[in-house]
Formats: sequence, C-alpha cells, structure tokens
Amino acid sequence: MTLKQGVLKLTVALSIGLVTIFGINCGGGGTDERAKEIKRGQILALSCTTCHGPDGKSAGTMPSLQGKSAEYIESQLKRYKAGEGSPSIMDRFAKAYTDEEIKLIAEYFGNLK
Amino acid sequence: MDKLTRREFNKLIALGLAGSTVGLLGAPKPLFAARSNVLVIGGGFGGATAARYIKKFDPSIDVTLVEPKALFYTCPFSNWVLGGLKQMKDIGHTYDNLKSTINVIQDEVVSIDPVKKTATLKGGKTLSYDRAVLSPGIDFRWGATAGYDEAASQLVPHAYHAGPQTELLLKQLQDMKDGGVVALCAPKDPFRCPPGPYERASLIAYYLKQNKPKSKVIIYDAKEKFSKQALFQQGWQKLYGNMVEWRSASSGGAIKRIDAQKLELETEFGVEKADVINFIPQQWAGKIARESGLTDESGWCPINQKTFESLKHPNIHVIGDACIAGDMPKSGFVASSQAKVTALAVVDLLRGIEPEPPSLANACYSLVGKNYGISVASVYTFSETGITNIKGAGGLTSLEANEGQLSAEATYAEGWYASLCKDIWG
Repeated sequence: MTLKQGVLKLTVALSIGLVTIFGINCGGGGTDERAKEIKRGQILALSCTTCHGPDGKSAGTMPSLQGKSAEYIESQLKRYKAGEGSPSIMDRFAKAYTDEEIKLIAEYFGNLK
Repeated sequence: MDKLTRREFNKLIALGLAGSTVGLLGAPKPLFAARSNVLVIGGGFGGATAARYIKKFDPSIDVTLVEPKALFYTCPFSNWVLGGLKQMKDIGHTYDNLKSTINVIQDEVVSIDPVKKTATLKGGKTLSYDRAVLSPGIDFRWGATAGYDEAASQLVPHAYHAGPQTELLLKQLQDMKDGGVVALCAPKDPFRCPPGPYERASLIAYYLKQNKPKSKVIIYDAKEKFSKQALFQQGWQKLYGNMVEWRSASSGGAIKRIDAQKLELETEFGVEKADVINFIPQQWAGKIARESGLTDESGWCPINQKTFESLKHPNIHVIGDACIAGDMPKSGFVASSQAKVTALAVVDLLRGIEPEPPSLANACYSLVGKNYGISVASVYTFSETGITNIKGAGGLTSLEANEGQLSAEATYAEGWYASLCKDIWG
C-alpha cells in the first residue's frame, strides 16, 4: 500500500467515523451533498459577515444576526427581496439571491454559536 | 435540505468548513504533511482580512503578515476627517488584535521570487511560503500629468493614501481664507474608491459651509461621468447650493499641467488659480506587484477570477485594488470580500481540493452631509466569463429617498465602518 492509498483509506475511515459520532442523517442526498450545501451557505454568508459580524454580532449600528433563528432570517430576507422591508441597502442585496440561497444563508447564521 | 442540530452543523463547519465535496475531512494532506505556510503581503483591507480568515478557516496553517506600518490609517472615512466629523485617531488601526494568532512582521517586502517561493524583506530577512496572498493596494503614476510628481505632492496633497497626506490637506483647508477656492482633481478610471473624490468634495463643502461660507469647491474631472453622480449632485444642490461645481473632462475638467508652487492648473481653456489643490493622480498596482512581474500592460494584475491566483505566477494570489476582478470596483469592502473567498480558496488548494465558485459583494456608503448618507450595493457571481455583477439586484439609494431614509443611511455608514474594521483589525 502506497502512502497515498493509506492516506485515502484513513480519510474514508475518519469520514465514516465522523458521520457515526455526530449521528448525521444525510438522507437521500448523502453526506457530500449536505456538506456541499453547508459550504455554499458559508460562502454566500461571507458577504453578510462584513457588516453583520463574523459571528453574527455587529460591532456598530448594523443589526446583529446572532441569536436569531434561521426561520426568522429567511423570512426577513424574503421580505426584503419582495420589496416589503423598510427601504435600505438590504432590499438591493436580497434581490441577488435565489430562495434556495436565502435558505442556506439563513441556516448558516441561524446555527451560529 | 436535511436538518442538522446546531451542534452538528457547527462541528461540520469547524472540521474543515463542511470540508470538501469529497468527504467531511477534505483531502488528507494536513494530517501528514508539514504545516502549510501562507505569507500575506500588505495589511490593508484585503491583506489583514485574508490573514485573519485563513487562520480562522484552518488554524493549522502558519500565517505571516508583512506590513510596513504599525498604525494603518484607512482611506474610507478619511474624508470624514477632512469634513471635521472624525479625527485621525478614529481611522487608525493597529495589528495588536491579530498578533495572538498571526505572525505580524512590521517590515516591507522588497522582492518576491516566485520560483523559489520566497519573499525578501527590506530588513534583510527572507521568508518562504507555500502560497502567498498579495494585497499591495495602489501606487500613483507620478508624472502622468505634467508637473505632478512625488515632490509636488508635498505642496499639493493627493490625500489618497490616508495618513500624513490627509493631515496636510486638512491643514491647508483650515489655513485657507474665507472666500477661497478648493480645486479637487479627480482621476480617470480605474482608480481606488470611485465615489471617494465626490464624497470628499461633499465633506470639504460641509466644512467650508460651517467655517468659510464664501468659499467654493471646484471638481476638475478627467471623466465625463462619475459614481453615484445623480445622488451626489442632488445632495450638493440641496445642502450647499452652488458651493460645489463639477466640471467634466470636456468642459474644462481635464488637467493638462499643474504648477504646485504657484497653485495653478492648466486646462484646455487656460490657466486657473486655486487656494488649495487636492490632486488625485492616475493609479496602478502597488510597486511590489509591478516589480514582481504580476502586472500586465494595463499596470494591474490579471488573476484567475475564481481563486484570485495570479495568471503571471502560480501560488501567488493578488487581491484588492491591485487585481483585475471583472465587474468589481476597487474599494475597501471589495478587497475584504475578495480576501474572504481567497482565504477559502487558499485553504482548499493547500488541502488539494478544487475551490468552490466564489460569491462576492460590495457595499459602499458615502456621506454627502452630516446626516445625509447614500449607498451602492452589488453582488457578484463567478462564471466562465469571470466575475460579473448580478443583474436585477444591487444598485443605489433611491433619488426619491426622504430625509429620514438619508439620515438612516448616514447612521448605517458609521455602522458599516465599525463592522468592517472590527472584522479586519479586531
């Protein structure tokens, strides 16, 4: 067994181990699909963290997202997207994202510690 | 979308950003290989963000940040200092909060060897890297306009690198007589912070209106149009009447020559005198990028717009004002946004994983008067054609915005700066 093969086997074993330890139910989409979604949510959320804080806690007058549920954040973003929020920069940002992307962003912030 | 508990979700994020698309741990390199080593050159909006986020995304990576200044003054909000709304101490940031996790070296990189993957410092030390992130900002094209070189900038400040130049311009404004003329010369595209010169004209007018109301600001522009133009012009009319005058390039705005001693400007219509001149020169990528062969004939750095890796030299990522990033303007927020997706790409590449396509944004607030803010927002996506602005989204503050909304924008501008700086310098 080459070093590369050994490393690969160990990775697979550790990956399976993690799934077991965390009890992650990945359903029909599988671990890869779920991991991909979470990573996409994080990439999209990076744009938000500049104003709302890397941990969702704003340093200034921008609203904090920390402690708000994913459902609340999702509904607010969809209101902005529909032009129903009070006019601010958020109306213009929310229109850039699909409903699925908004869900992923909301999930990211809703799960922050 | 399957439901995870918060604990599970955060463990996934912590254990490699939900890792790769090939497994929860991503590629195994860090388990056996020596610790990866990333060198970040430049500690501004791009560089400091990149250093912090690389470390945040993968604490096992050794991150070194090289920046000559111990105290970094931001160009954003330096116009607020000129308007008397902030002081220099409000826009200075140290690297103290980065030092617990990042090796911060106060020095200057004078050369890069992309083959050996090393960088040499002015102090003589040579640093090696697995990957480097270069965020050198802009330099000025001295001499591109006759009469304006580095020596002339000591008499006629550009104030487009915040710090002593900001203080020089501030002092000149304070010393100017009531009834004086401030000439503000705005450069051709592309340049750092497209609304910057016009926010500056606004806040100089704000200062003059309070202190020297017979004075005037004339903007000599090398362009025919400018960022947030209708909003700025509406605001100038409302707040300052005819105190601010804008001249397009073809209406006498294009400067042919400047005499820094006599405070004279020459346009196609003749020579004019001013009491204070703020000349913002044409720009190109910072010196280290040009001298390391990272720029093309435009003077800016071509990159792979998915990963920000240089198209000239592998393993060096160029971010911020210096890079050519599709539809993205050159701004502090943009540099920080680019730094975050680059940090992810660098971590992935060091693990042998193909980076995911980035999502990027720009949010830029400008102050027209004390309680009068305006903004522009954009979201960018990556495709085969590079980084493009998502159509149908983003855009400007409405021209119909009422007083309350403009005041809220001014409040958000303060929040925007506080959050941005906290995210970058801690």
